[in-house]
Formats: sequence, C-alpha cells, structure tokens
Amino acid sequence: MTRIKTQYNRRSFLKVSAAAGGGMLIGFNWMMSCTRAEEKPAIAIPNEWFEINGYIKIGDTGMVTIYNPNPEIGQNVMTSMPMIVAEELDVPWDHVVVEQGMLDSDAFKNPQFAGGSLSIMLGWEPLRMAGAAGRRMLLEAAAKEWGVAVSDLSASQGIIKEVNGERSIGYGEIASKAVGIEIPEEVELKDPTTFTLIGTTQKNVVGKDIVTGKPLFGLDYQREGMKLAMIVQPPAFGMTPTGFNQEEIKGMNGVTDAFMIDTGIDSELFGNVSAFPKCIAIVGDTTWELMQAKKAVRAQWETVGALEDSRMHTERMEEVLRSGTPRDVRRDGDPEAAFARAAKVIERTYTSPFQAHNTMEPMNFFAHVTADGAELFGPTQTPNALRDLAALLLDMDKEKFSVGMTRMGGGFGRRLYTHFGLRAAAISKQAGVPVKLIYTREDDMANGVYRPAYASTYKAGLDENNNLIAFSVRGTGLPEGAIFPSRFPAGTVDNYLAENIMSETNISTGAWRAPRSHFTAGAEQSFLDEVAEAAGKDPIEFRLELFERAKNNPVGEEHDYDAERYAGVLKLVKEKAGWGTNTPGVFRGVAAYFCHNSYVAEVFDMVQEDGELKVQKVWCAVDCGIVINPDAAANMIQGGVVDGIGHAMYSQLTFENGVPQQQNFDRYQLIRHSQAPKEIEVFFVDSDVSPTGLGEPGLPPAAGAMASAMYKATGRRVYNIPFATDKPPLVG
Amino acid sequence: MAKFNLNINGTQREVDVDPSTPLLWVLRDHLNLVGAKYGCGIAQCGSCMVHLGDTATYSCMLPVSSVGNQKVTTIEGLSENGDHPVQQAWLEVDVPQCGYCQSGQIMAAAALLKQNPNPSDAEIEMAMNGNLCRCGTYVRIKEAIKKAAANS
Repeated sequence: MTRIKTQYNRRSFLKVSAAAGGGMLIGFNWMMSCTRAEEKPAIAIPNEWFEINGYIKIGDTGMVTIYNPNPEIGQNVMTSMPMIVAEELDVPWDHVVVEQGMLDSDAFKNPQFAGGSLSIMLGWEPLRMAGAAGRRMLLEAAAKEWGVAVSDLSASQGIIKEVNGERSIGYGEIASKAVGIEIPEEVELKDPTTFTLIGTTQKNVVGKDIVTGKPLFGLDYQREGMKLAMIVQPPAFGMTPTGFNQEEIKGMNGVTDAFMIDTGIDSELFGNVSAFPKCIAIVGDTTWELMQAKKAVRAQWETVGALEDSRMHTERMEEVLRSGTPRDVRRDGDPEAAFARAAKVIERTYTSPFQAHNTMEPMNFFAHVTADGAELFGPTQTPNALRDLAALLLDMDKEKFSVGMTRMGGGFGRRLYTHFGLRAAAISKQAGVPVKLIYTREDDMANGVYRPAYASTYKAGLDENNNLIAFSVRGTGLPEGAIFPSRFPAGTVDNYLAENIMSETNISTGAWRAPRSHFTAGAEQSFLDEVAEAAGKDPIEFRLELFERAKNNPVGEEHDYDAERYAGVLKLVKEKAGWGTNTPGVFRGVAAYFCHNSYVAEVFDMVQEDGELKVQKVWCAVDCGIVINPDAAANMIQGGVVDGIGHAMYSQLTFENGVPQQQNFDRYQLIRHSQAPKEIEVFFVDSDVSPTGLGEPGLPPAAGAMASAMYKATGRRVYNIPFATDKPPLVG
Repeated sequence: MAKFNLNINGTQREVDVDPSTPLLWVLRDHLNLVGAKYGCGIAQCGSCMVHLGDTATYSCMLPVSSVGNQKVTTIEGLSENGDHPVQQAWLEVDVPQCGYCQSGQIMAAAALLKQNPNPSDAEIEMAMNGNLCRCGTYVRIKEAIKKAAANS
C-alpha cells in the first residue's frame, strides 16, 4: 500500500461537514446528473444523503453519489473519474450514481479542466485519495460505534466487517456517523494489483440519457425567464464593427434588445483569445426569430488590420522557412558536415492548412449577471479560466461567480477558450436578463481559434551502409512551428538539428486536439517511412534500431520519450497486425507517436474498392499506463484514428481578404461514414505505471500511417494536407 | 404568426409560430423537445434528424408549414422506455463519445432498418453518410446497426 497526503485541511473538513449537517447536497436542479437514482435497481433510493467529502455523498440505503469534477467533452471522464473514486472507496459500481460537479476548488482537489489529455493523469492521486479518505472515515465511524480499533475492521464492497468477529454494517447505515469524522490527513491507497473495478469495462454512465435525447448539452440548457441571444461578427479577420441599424433590428418580431458588445480584455491569462473583441448582439425569444434578425443587420465595418489570404499565408511560410530566425533549437554533433559527407540525402517539405475545431455542438453559453453576482453555465473545457476572465471583464470579485459545466458536444480544444462565455456574460449584463448565447454554425466556423497552418522541411542523410547519420527538421507555422526539438528522433542520430520558427498572422489560432503533434506526427512518420525505404529497411525495424540507440547510447543530454515504451508499442502492433505478411491487394502503412504522455503505434491496411482507396482495418497498440475503463479507452483511440484520417484527408480552411472560405459543412469537409475504416482493433500494453491520457494520443499517428499506406497503394507519396487532393498548399 | 396542429410522437401539439420556422426550432424552442440537435442548419450534418412518417428527415430546413398532418417522431418518441432495438444496440456497443450527434444517428439508423431490416455494409454507409460524427464513432455505429438488425 502507498500512504499519501489527502490535501484536505481543517477548513475543507469544516465546510463539507457543515453542508452535510442538513443532509442536503450542495446542488443545482438542472437535470444534468446522469445515472439517475431511479435507474439503479441494485439498491433502494435513499431518504437521506450524507456528504462525506467533496467527491462523495452516501445515502442511508448505501447508494453512493460520486461527483465528476471535470468537464465532459466526450472523453468519458463522467464514468472513468468516478470509477477511480469508487475503487478506493470500495463500493459496488452498481450502487453508484454520478453527478456533474460545479467549479469548486474547495470540494475538488484535482484541476478542473479538460485539456492536454490530463484529466486522468492529474486526477489519479486526488481521486484515489478522495475515495480512500471516505473509506477511512466510514471505518473510523464504525470503530467508534462498536468501541473497537480501525485495525480490527475491514471494508469491502460497501460493507464494513469485524476481522475477528460477527458484526458487519453497510456504508449507508454508518454514513451519518462518518459525517462527524475529521477527514484524515493521510490515507492508505490500494495496491493496484488488488483493483476490482479499475481495469474492468463499465458502460458510459450517461449512455441511456444520450440515446433517449435527454437535455444534457449547453444548447439544451434552460432557465426560467431566460432569453436567447445571437451575435453578428465582422465578416473578415482584420475588421471590426462601428455601428449598425440598431432601431430597425430592435423593432423586429421576437427581438427584445440589440446592441454592440466589447469583450476585449487586456490580459495574458490562458483562454483570452478572440480576433473579434467587438460584435453585435441581438436578444430575443426564439432562435429562428434571432436568425432572421441576424440576416437583417446592416452593419458598418472598419478595417483595422491586414485582410489576409491563403496565398499570402503560403508565401509567408515559404519565406520564413528560407530565411527566418529559429526560436527553439536543438543541435547535436555537426549536422552540416554529416549531410556533406552523406551518400544519400532526402529532403521533403510537408504542409497543412488552417483547420477548424467544428465541435458538433456550436459554441453557446448561459449567463446571468446581476449587481450581486454572476452565474455562468455551459460547455467549457476551462471553467476556471472563464471565471477569472469574466471577473476581469465584469470587474467583479471571483467569489461572486457560480460556474457550472454542461456536457459538451465535443471540445477538441475549442472550448478551452472563453470568448463565447464572456460574450454571454457581457450580453446578460447589458440586457439585464439571463441569456443563453447561441452561435450559428457559420458564427462558429468563421470566428474560430483554429489549428495553425504549418510547413516543415525534413532532411535525412544516409551513409554508404544506409545508416542514418544526419537528420534535420525546420518548421514554421502561422503563428508557431510544430517542431518539438527533443522528441524522437532526437537522441537517436549523432548529427541532429531541429529548429522552430514563428510566423505572423492575425487569424486567431490555438490548441486543436493534440496541438502540433497532430501535424508533426504525420510529417515525421511518413518522412521516416521514406527514409527507411531509401535505406532498404523495413519501416518498423528501421525505427526499432533507432530506439535501440536511444536506449543504449543516447545522443545528447536528454530526450522527451522513453525509448523502451516507444519501441514496446511498435513491437505490440507488429505482432498483432502480423506485420511482414503480404496479402495481394492489401497495402500497409505504419506509424508511431508519443505525445501527451502516452505511446501509440498504428498499422493501416488499405484496399481499393470501387476505384477508391479505403482503410479496411487498423490495429492500434497503446501504452497509457494503467487503463481505467478498457472498452471506453478503446473508443477514444478509435475516435482519434478516425479524426486523424479525416483531418489528414479532407479538411481545410482557406481565406480570401480575411474571410474564411468555408463556413459550414457544405464547403468544409469532415470525414463521413463511408470514409471511415471498416474495423479498428485496439490493444493496450499491460502496465502498472500510473495512467496517462487518451483524448489526444490516438490521433497523431493516423496521418502518418495513412500517408504510408496510400504510397503503397498508389506509388505516389503525399506531402500536403488534405491528402485527398494533395495540391500545392493553401492556394485557396 | 400562424397556428399549426402537429402530430408529434403520437400527440397533437398546437404551436403559434412564423410559418417559415424550421421544425427543429419548433421542437426545441416551442415544444421543449431538445433531443433533435442543431448542428449546421443546412441539412449537412444530420444532428437534427427526426422521422416524418417512416422517413428520416433533416428537421433544420423543414418549414413547419410543410409538415401538415404527417406524423413526426423524435428521439423522445422513438420508444417509450428507451428500448428501441437501435437504442439498445447503441448501449450494448457503448457507441457515444460526446453524444451530441447520436440522436440523429439513431433516428437515421432506425429509419434505415425499418426499410431494410438487414442492410449490407455499403447500404449502411450510404444511408448514414448524411450524419456527421465529429468524435469519429463511425465504426461503433456500424457495429450497433448490425447488432440491432440481428436482434430484431
């Protein structure tokens, strides 16, 4: 067993027990709790609930409520995070109901955000601690009740027993007494080999609500007296509104108010990103009437910045790659001299256009701002950042905010940014009513915080024996390059150079699922495929040789990966896919990548069907340490593969005079059913390492495996996303 | 504004709305049926799918004035207890990630199986291509449709 500090102090104990004193949950009424009590036939509905700590509430029948602390964007933390608590609390999973927690740093000891595939990794210890602390408090309460020592008792599956006696008591029967027990400052955690819940497949706790269309999402959120609001944004990056036909709009059917808002905040806080601080807001009764009012807006726009277009973007990146000054650099050995003496030099440039997040649920948020406080409720990956920035915008004390998270119809990084929540707050304040701001798809796609456009040039030098003696990569993007100087193959090549160079743009960009890795993995892995071919080596063996070098005699002082684990996923996928067997008509590609603390290798089998290339089967090998919920984890990896294929093959956002040329799904292509692989098998490396994330790592290798399989099928390599056209980049 | 008497999930519902209002917004804003989702507004993503009679229909571009007395079924009315074979298969396969598109996917799949109880892979793909899933659950959706076909 491991002993850890619980992070609870006297203050949190007092606060929690005060709330529990009345047998009431700190709560809210909107129906967003997921596994509802009446759907738990395994156990009776309690008459009274007792708050044990911020994560756990136990009913008098033994039913347990566990709060999911983090935003749910489809990564299924609503199931997996409570599973971790339930494991250490040691209760049967079918006695557990799950509710979404509010933003509350007193109750929740893990950071409440959804980003960087970090929820499970950063939640692992705090969640186990919360469960173990609850279990300990129940044990102490029973020990006190029976006048015995805690060491005389055992607790398992919701029941406390005397080790050498007859007595036993359910958690529900002792819960009221546990409320008075001080939260321990130190607790013992289980030995992972004794886990009974973690590592077993459990269904999504919200599954039934999803398939029956229950109101779960921000767009479904309702409140009495709530108005709806929509916005009109400038048509182009580089423009801002100066006025509009306000009186005419205010006089339209169903419109109650219309005005301009300014949500520009001078702050470096994360999440403060929007190219359009000013926009026009319309408040009214129904979505359709507001959509008509939007169409009737006649605004005056002022050009305040460059009106960029895609040709300009391409030329700028080409120029920067030629002559820009690198910012992050790693240099090992003497790459220039090594390239000069190399027998073969391969140089290739890879590009990718801007891409939008396109969550299926467009941006939206509820806000109710009064002089006394502000309530913000909706789909956000960063409730904390939203609260902090809204406090600056409204000039209001943070303590006066109540921030809640609805389920999100996708995140992918878009809802890390806060502008839609800030706009809702500004509109509610100005209109003096509770409002739900709704973006149209066009509002969403045309005012994005996009995945940057990228260009990277890779170069490899082989000696006469086909050893890789020199490697360089030079990358830029709008605005940042996608290079991670100390990632693979750093550490495996004697003469190595990696350079990252900034470029300028006024298009707003930000984190998009697996930032930078989404592009770099595809470029680097398909380049290595080409280098392996030039060296006359099998692509997996070629990589494994490099990992041997990193393990036994690494180049340079450090690198950002564990070569053993990296090689491990390649070996596992090699075995599972039966790599090395050739089936006529089947074209294979492989790629592996490490990012967000997890390792993923993928093999793609591609076939020709009705004259089209299709991915018939994908094998994935994943090392993310301990797997919490295996089938749900596989779902994340499968989704990452499909998303990775889609954004490598089909998607791009181009600009003319600052105007995004794709503003809805008629022109912006997303992957569809018929373009997805027929089958995706996922294998996890058995591991006792603490768990790491899965939301992102499945995506990056897909582009590389896809490119290599396409090459095998067509004899032609692709270098420019979207591969389906592989045109010279960004000509719009 | 005009009054419309609609047959929604087997119940007559009266609404007083602008005749051009798409059925989606009548359901969501006026009848508090939010299972059909807004995704694009131009019949490209399928999040808004409902059944008009037995046919899967994009409700985001269908003016309420053209619904007439056709039966409208939404995800809320697909089954009484959430146990339509397609819904059950979705739970068995644990399809959803974010879940936003899934009510539209389920309505499209249920309409497909009503017309073609044992569809081939190609027929599933053709029928479902109008429904986007940004999370990429396509492989599981196909598996669930096959499971529903086998179970019913």
